[in-house]
Amino acid sequence: MFDFGPFFDNFHEILEGFWATIRLAAASAVLSLIIGTLLASFRVSPVPVLRSFGTGYVNIVRNTPLTLLLLLCAQGLNDTLHLTFSESSSTTYYWWAVLGLSGYTGAFVCETLRSGINTVPLGQAEAARSIGLTFSQSLRMIILPQAFRSVIAPMGSILIAMIKNTTVAAAASYAEVALISKTLLDKPSFASGAIPLFIGVAIGFMILTLPTGFFFGWLAKRMAVAR
Amino acid sequence: MTDSEGGPDLTKGTGPEDAITQAAATGTGPLVVVEHVHKHFGELHVLKDINLTVDRGEVVVVIGPSGGGKSTLCRSINRLEPVDGGRILVDGKELPKEGKELARLRADVGMVFQSFNLFAHKTILENVTLGPMKVRKQGKQESEKHAMELLERVGIANQAGKYPAQLSGGQQQRAAIARSLAMRPKVMLFDEPTSALDPEMVNEVLDVMTGLAREGMTMIVVTHEMGFARRAAQKVVFMADGQIVEENTPDEFFTNARTDRAKDFLSKILTH
Repeated sequence: MFDFGPFFDNFHEILEGFWATIRLAAASAVLSLIIGTLLASFRVSPVPVLRSFGTGYVNIVRNTPLTLLLLLCAQGLNDTLHLTFSESSSTTYYWWAVLGLSGYTGAFVCETLRSGINTVPLGQAEAARSIGLTFSQSLRMIILPQAFRSVIAPMGSILIAMIKNTTVAAAASYAEVALISKTLLDKPSFASGAIPLFIGVAIGFMILTLPTGFFFGWLAKRMAVAR
Repeated sequence: MTDSEGGPDLTKGTGPEDAITQAAATGTGPLVVVEHVHKHFGELHVLKDINLTVDRGEVVVVIGPSGGGKSTLCRSINRLEPVDGGRILVDGKELPKEGKELARLRADVGMVFQSFNLFAHKTILENVTLGPMKVRKQGKQESEKHAMELLERVGIANQAGKYPAQLSGGQQQRAAIARSLAMRPKVMLFDEPTSALDPEMVNEVLDVMTGLAREGMTMIVVTHEMGFARRAAQKVVFMADGQIVEENTPDEFFTNARTDRAKDFLSKILTH
């Protein structure tokens, strides 16, 4: 039952899977922070159209299963509508996975950031306006920097959830570690190595997520705004 | 009667022109004009047909009971509170609705808050240089030089590298005054600037304000500090129930108020 032989025989392939996971997670982390920040800016902006767009986006995307979103990207937009990023299908699927995952995670980043904005005293915005900063300047220079600092820890949780959500990208035909594992498990010769594979992949994810959690915890303490 | 106070003559235009704080205002006519202004908070009518004229270099103190509309009036002058009726002119220009134009006008109107509202994530020096650099598009060096002069002047130059939370209330409020002055405003609004301070820190802030008044800065000050009103103001405006009940010189107002409402208010605060 604990036959680690097949696991190490395919170790190289599993590592490649993890590398694909890391590439997907890293790009999605950056993009989801950007999307989330934009959405949060929309949701607090004085322009009603932007506010409605932000609210609509968050409520639709946040309440749709991620698998469905990724299937929509890969099979709907890519395969059916032929919206592609590159000639190579693996590159295209990669970017669809990044886009689907970031669009989904961005909705959560937006809501977290918005709760951070609520922790910034109203006086900060009033002071910013009183020295002549425009709405976007005060958002960029005064409100968002303080809002970000107050939600670093929950932002870490969102990133951890996002890293684990990469396993759903298999639905978007992107070959990350979960898809590789599934392929391995389907091989009859691998049957005895199933449990070691589960353990190995779980440890692999912890190697990615535990430091993320610790780092964000440390950062939250370090960057806290004293009032 | 107006100059019966004695001591240095603090009336407008007599102080030395201060290159550090001198405003860019060169026009003529009154600097701030409030005409038939109304404001509601839901059912509550907080400003009822307010008319007020503030001349260049004039220091106006607004006093009155809580909930009388003093702060709302102060905040409406730079449109932190939009008004429902009437109009407000600053240096001859009516306040625009929103957007860049309003931001530009606000830059000319300094505002000091009861709770200081220094930018918590920026150092004192960064607080003071932010406006000049981002709104006035001044260079960093020039902005920092001017900022240090202002901090020197309010007596906290040695705190420039610290964050607001590391300073005492009085120091924070003086930094906030420096931040406003850095924009070289035409007029300064003070919304109960000493109400949140420990008693021993009140004077350090009032001293800075008195100095500004002496140099000819146009100021509208909402305060309960009667000593400051007597010392630095040319005009006292008494507000109650959303109306300006009385406008008078400080001496006349404190010794010989015309209206019963003002007499009643003064009897309650001056008998201690």
